[in-house]
Amino acid sequence: MAFLHGATRNHSGPRSGIKSRSITPYLLLAPGLIWLVTFFIIPIFSLASTSTMVRPEGAQIGTYVQELRFQNYVDAFTANQEQYIRSFVYAGIATILALAIAFPLAYMIAFKSGKYRNVLLVMVVAPFFTSFLLRTVAWTQILGDEGPIVSTLKLLPFFDDSLRLTATPIAVVSGLTYNFLPFMTLPLYASLERIDPRTLEAAGDLYANGFTTFRKVTVPLAMPGVVAGTLLTFIPAAGDYVNATLLGNPNTKMIGNVIESRFFAVVDYPTAAALSFTLMATILILVTLYIRKSGTDELV
Amino acid sequence: MANSKVSQDTGDLVLNRVSKFYGDFCAVDDLSLTVPDGSFFALLGPSGCGKTTTLRMIAGLEEPSQGTIQIGDNDITTQKPYRRNVNTVFQNYALFPHLTIFENIAFGLRRRGIKDVKTEVENALNLVELGHLAERKPGQLSGGQQQRIAVARAIVNRPEVLLLDEPLGALDLKLRRQMQIELKRIQMEVGITFIHVTHDQEEAMTMADTIAVMNQGKIEQMGSATELYEAPKTAFVANFLGQCNLIKAKVQSRAGGKAVVTAKGHTFEVPLSRVSTDSDSVLLGVRPEKLRLDDRGVNSIKDCVVTDRSFVGTSTQYLVRTPWDLELVVFEQNDEGLHDLHVGDKVSLEWDAEHTFALDGAQDINAGADLEDEE
Repeated sequence: MAFLHGATRNHSGPRSGIKSRSITPYLLLAPGLIWLVTFFIIPIFSLASTSTMVRPEGAQIGTYVQELRFQNYVDAFTANQEQYIRSFVYAGIATILALAIAFPLAYMIAFKSGKYRNVLLVMVVAPFFTSFLLRTVAWTQILGDEGPIVSTLKLLPFFDDSLRLTATPIAVVSGLTYNFLPFMTLPLYASLERIDPRTLEAAGDLYANGFTTFRKVTVPLAMPGVVAGTLLTFIPAAGDYVNATLLGNPNTKMIGNVIESRFFAVVDYPTAAALSFTLMATILILVTLYIRKSGTDELV
Repeated sequence: MANSKVSQDTGDLVLNRVSKFYGDFCAVDDLSLTVPDGSFFALLGPSGCGKTTTLRMIAGLEEPSQGTIQIGDNDITTQKPYRRNVNTVFQNYALFPHLTIFENIAFGLRRRGIKDVKTEVENALNLVELGHLAERKPGQLSGGQQQRIAVARAIVNRPEVLLLDEPLGALDLKLRRQMQIELKRIQMEVGITFIHVTHDQEEAMTMADTIAVMNQGKIEQMGSATELYEAPKTAFVANFLGQCNLIKAKVQSRAGGKAVVTAKGHTFEVPLSRVSTDSDSVLLGVRPEKLRLDDRGVNSIKDCVVTDRSFVGTSTQYLVRTPWDLELVVFEQNDEGLHDLHVGDKVSLEWDAEHTFALDGAQDINAGADLEDEE
């Protein structure tokens, strides 16, 4: 995986000559390891165990016993198919849109920004200085009926007065695209910035015009960034529920919304857990297929 | 390619009064140059002398501010790089890291719509003797191998002119020597015009048929390595190519095919053919290996003192101070005639009139000295 390269490279230094039984590496690992075990490994097993539990007849709400009922998965999935598919469709569209916006942006910053490079990079991350929730709420204003976008669009002949953007799928996808844009831009920038401009000159020297150079040299060399960026956008977007909650309507519910309401409103832990696992497994499979297909393992 | 010496007869490369400005800075100043078809030509000069800018204008990566560039009858001044039949071996090679060596070399051929590239790529790989590496990626190759691939990638397109931008700069000394011979062999085999940009005078002298020494956007002097070395026309060329002793002197007479000059009460003779100025104030030049530690010759300086000595294997290099406190460099071959002098020893210097040259005395006596290691 492209964004793991840095990490793996650091471990490859040959240390055969030193026969040290130092415990330093373990001490350095310990905080992270303890953190992961406590807050990731244990909860994930607990969640797995919850996913096959059943509420005994007549028991209080929120009381479940382990019966290894794998039918929970089938039930959970069949009941929420629609939200599943919608999650992946929305996340997919948002990822493609983010890529389409971020690529020219990252390209510009990497190759054409000159002394403004750092300013532009700060501007890419600047939204992080305010809360994720606030920024999403702000989109209800931007897309509101009296907001700048709707009123501008209404001036055009193709739209009548019934035009609305809030509480529509468009609003949810816009929110997702916007919120995850920096996660797309930064890895893309990192990849593009590493390209030696001389390789682009070399392509021109070898009879490739601008477009061919872009297609045959720039894009392939930017692939690690494309893969990292799309994953960093798609994975959280598929599981997101904030955008659908704030910008959508009951018909734009994503799987994150279902999980959230199963956990906190319905207090149906097994279904929520089963849904979470199904989501995780689906994402894992999609990501594996994607990385296989994009062939970025070979890229150095 | 091994079986076909390319005789395209594409015509000479002609730069006609080319200038390049960056704002107020003049990188190349009214430069005119003709590179004969099929020659190995070197643009030699210190960093910032405009040699790389000149090369990039020929490649089409920069556009001249003034002047024209032609190959034969074909004006290429404003032609896009991907339209001109000129290929470049870039500094640090600029191989495509995502493509195999085979695809790197095939890149230019494929862009021109050639479908069957296999034979040509293989021939190019064999030319640089790296046929076995076709399926590797550039990152898996050593610097020397990458360098050869960069040459193969350019040459496979059979350009009218091949440009080499400091192609050996990143290699260590031993590999560089080897590649110099290699490049020369390749050039003889394919017969394409090579234009080699370098700041390394030894590299230029080893490989090129003709060398143009550049300084501050202009060509100081152009000629074969021997001409430039034995009969430099400017102090810059004298100092930049190898080491040189320059002595400020006055011309007393010009007659009988020789000029008589004096410096600090000493009289020297120079053949008139080796005097490149009409001025009476001259810089008298003689190369260190032409000086002998003796006092029989026409041109001699007595009462000198050895101030430094270093043994460098094939020769011993002395610094010798003249009675008027000028330090001259003397190389003495390590054979039977060895003097084995030490610091403080008194010596005399002598050299032949035909090894002497005289330059215009208005120049900076140190121009071009100690520049070659800057990069």
